[in-house]
Amino acid sequence: MYDFAYQKPATLAAAVAALGAEDAKAMSGGMTLIPVLKQRLNKPSVVVDLSGLGLSGITVTDSAVVIGAMTTHITVANSGEVKRAIPALAALAGLIGDKEVRHRGTIGGSLANNDPAADYPAAVLALGATITTSKRSIAADDYFQGMFTTVLEADEVITSVSFPIPAKAAYVKFKNPASRYAMVGVFVAKGPSGVRVAITGAGQGGVFRHAGFEAALAANWSADALRGVATSADDLNSDIHASAEYRAHLCGVIAQRAVKAAG
Amino acid sequence: MPQVTLTVNGKSATVEVEGRTLLVELLREKLGLTGTHVGCDTSQCGACVVHVDGVSVKSCTMLAVQADGAKVITIEGLAAADGTLHPMQEMFREHHALQCGFCTPGMVMAAIDLVNSNPLGLSQDEIRHGLEGNLCRCTGYHNIVKAIDAAQGIMHAPAAE
Repeated sequence: MYDFAYQKPATLAAAVAALGAEDAKAMSGGMTLIPVLKQRLNKPSVVVDLSGLGLSGITVTDSAVVIGAMTTHITVANSGEVKRAIPALAALAGLIGDKEVRHRGTIGGSLANNDPAADYPAAVLALGATITTSKRSIAADDYFQGMFTTVLEADEVITSVSFPIPAKAAYVKFKNPASRYAMVGVFVAKGPSGVRVAITGAGQGGVFRHAGFEAALAANWSADALRGVATSADDLNSDIHASAEYRAHLCGVIAQRAVKAAG
Repeated sequence: MPQVTLTVNGKSATVEVEGRTLLVELLREKLGLTGTHVGCDTSQCGACVVHVDGVSVKSCTMLAVQADGAKVITIEGLAAADGTLHPMQEMFREHHALQCGFCTPGMVMAAIDLVNSNPLGLSQDEIRHGLEGNLCRCTGYHNIVKAIDAAQGIMHAPAAE
């Protein structure tokens, strides 16, 4: 690892100011950043630790679950309030990485990184969540901009994520048996903004909505409605684990399982 | 250089580190606690698991500076002062849950967290899945699962009057 200066600001304003330095990098749980630094794939001048800003915590209202950016996966997975309001979201958090990773990794870090096989982006997109930052509020449909890319600016810090509570939702993940990353993960939701289906792990451009599945489920919310609905392999990943055609097939199979699980 | 003050196995330590120093490097190289192992260095194998403020973490994937003010327990901190092993260590020995022993410190630390966070008890299947962050290349896991199953009975037993 290259060396870097380390700062742990106590206020959001100080964190934003620190991130204004050239080649500064924000760190939340560090579950992606530290491995990246160890491989010398990134050489920040300063690492800005966001853990001193008081950004963790969960608030549930009648219509939404609001999760602070620094809330760890294990906290979301074990939260009785989240389990009651959006059980699919708590279940998703419990599927991320392993227990040690869930003790450190955070929702804000996952969304800022936008790994194409990460789980939270599927929940954010399918539930039509709103991401609040140090600068603005961003709708899920505007936030994701392709693999490892978002609309966040270099000195912009996610503070919380608000998930509207859906009538029905479920997330099913087909894990790579070795890495446990999603080869295909499908989040289906029937919520205030209609039927939305988001798929992670499969697309070359990261998480995406599946218009064909959404139209079929809006007309008839049942696993059978998805039979025969095509998924194009054109923009899907091909790698040593699976071809694009195989992932396209998995999208349909896993989406059907998710609809069944959502009830 | 940044200074880190933390409590390791009940003893306070103040150590000068670089920003890039990992917690496992602080433990092994600055404090000489070499029971915590580095198996993969890519956050996968779990040989480096320690407890930070009561929960299991991979000490190869945490900066030493992030542990400032924290209470850390390593494998060296489990046995009583008179050498009596922690029930998890004792059951690993009893059930022959190790062969080469390299993964064992991380296995034991992860297993204690797993049992502590499931006071209602775990099935053997849940134990197996609960170890997804730890790799063992010798045992095939069977005896590790048996040892953890036995240890949870001791750890959750009502304290003797």
